[in-house]
Amino acid sequence: MLSKRIIPCLDVRDGKLTKGIKFKGNVDIGDPVEAARKYYEQGADEIVFYDITASSDKRDIMIDVVRRVAETIFIPFSVGGGIRNLEDMRRVILAGAEKVSVNSAAVDEPKIITQGAKAFGSQCIVLGMDVKKVDASGKIPSGYEMVIHGGRKFTGIDALWWAKEAEKLGAGEICLNSIDADGMQTGYELNLTALISENVRIPVIASGGAGKPEHLAEVLTAGKADAALIASMVHFRTYTIEEIKKYLSDQGIKTRMLW
Amino acid sequence: MIAIINYNAGNITSVARALQNINESFVVTDETKKLDMASHVIFPGVGAAGEAMAYLREKKIDTWLKTYIKTGKPLLGICLGTQIILDYSEENETNCVGLVAGLTKRFPDKLTSDGQALKIPHMGWNSVKLYRSHPVFKNVSPDAEFYFVHSYYPAPSDESDVLGTTDYGMNFCSVLAKDNLVAMQFHPEKSGRPGLQILKNFCAWRDNA
Repeated sequence: MLSKRIIPCLDVRDGKLTKGIKFKGNVDIGDPVEAARKYYEQGADEIVFYDITASSDKRDIMIDVVRRVAETIFIPFSVGGGIRNLEDMRRVILAGAEKVSVNSAAVDEPKIITQGAKAFGSQCIVLGMDVKKVDASGKIPSGYEMVIHGGRKFTGIDALWWAKEAEKLGAGEICLNSIDADGMQTGYELNLTALISENVRIPVIASGGAGKPEHLAEVLTAGKADAALIASMVHFRTYTIEEIKKYLSDQGIKTRMLW
Repeated sequence: MIAIINYNAGNITSVARALQNINESFVVTDETKKLDMASHVIFPGVGAAGEAMAYLREKKIDTWLKTYIKTGKPLLGICLGTQIILDYSEENETNCVGLVAGLTKRFPDKLTSDGQALKIPHMGWNSVKLYRSHPVFKNVSPDAEFYFVHSYYPAPSDESDVLGTTDYGMNFCSVLAKDNLVAMQFHPEKSGRPGLQILKNFCAWRDNA
């Protein structure tokens, strides 16, 4: 049977590993290639990189990071952040990433999903969603609104509608981030995760809020997630991936235990 | 020398990097003249069957493969490279290479496990139940898991060509083997240490050659 995936998320700024809380106050915490290697050896099932480099002239640093990661680890990894067109996707994929993640660009111009799926296959295209809880309304019936540009811009788009739409357009997977839970380490947004996961046929990675192994167990069962993204809890060495997997295994949740 | 068949079907570089990691020298090529010089051939691929077959026909690699397989030299199929060695694929309704009798089918829409609907593509880590031992799986634990990402699966018509199966709401053939051919639906180049071990075993596999 398919295992649930545990995926460390590495935010990279100007080629350095960094971590922020609610998208703000980032601090540098090391070298992304070294961190990727460490997590690979600890049993990470996949790795997600987000390039949060602000200026576009420094984007080539990220391509170099991708290339070095691809020579170092032999599990799948995806790269998101600043991917705006087919050319950006191609550069990242040719450098060695399995998947690219599109977020703001897909909201601004949904056809990038279809173009990417056609050029590289649906399995390459991850839709990144940053979502904030709002009062349910006619415009936002699910009570979850899409937010773009690093959590700064409300779009007026309903998150559930957008997830279904992106699946139709050709997205192969959804990485679903709750801005309310991000960096808080108080647990994933279970209602949001279950809502999206039960309404699409593509895999959903839950993101935002993991602080202890119990949180992963919740989101992989009640939250119906196919995979769980983690950051602070491993970056700050509170837990190792192996410890998390052992806990999940004790709870009867199947993960890959041999690597 | 190992040759990786390059047919514009996605991530050939990841196979190349895995071979670098296990210190194997190799060429990546779509020229049959260069492929002729190989001792082992790897047929990888991510992408769609229709486009892949069109490219292979244009480069005459489809007919080359039929000749190569008779030499007894080892051939390794990976993912799409596994699906299109069968006769036919439901993806883009494509006539394929036909090294092994059978079809490539799409997963049925309503797969479930423990009452929960399963997602398509089958994406992530899963295990393989081997029906018999095989040199390419030497020193690979039966508990090892491998990285899969696919919506179609190989269905050889002869049961004896099935080397291993995987459970995803149904048992499907995840590894097929016939004489000097071994082909897998998962990606050994993305399956951590057990995957690298498979590649190492393949490169050391002499079979009838």
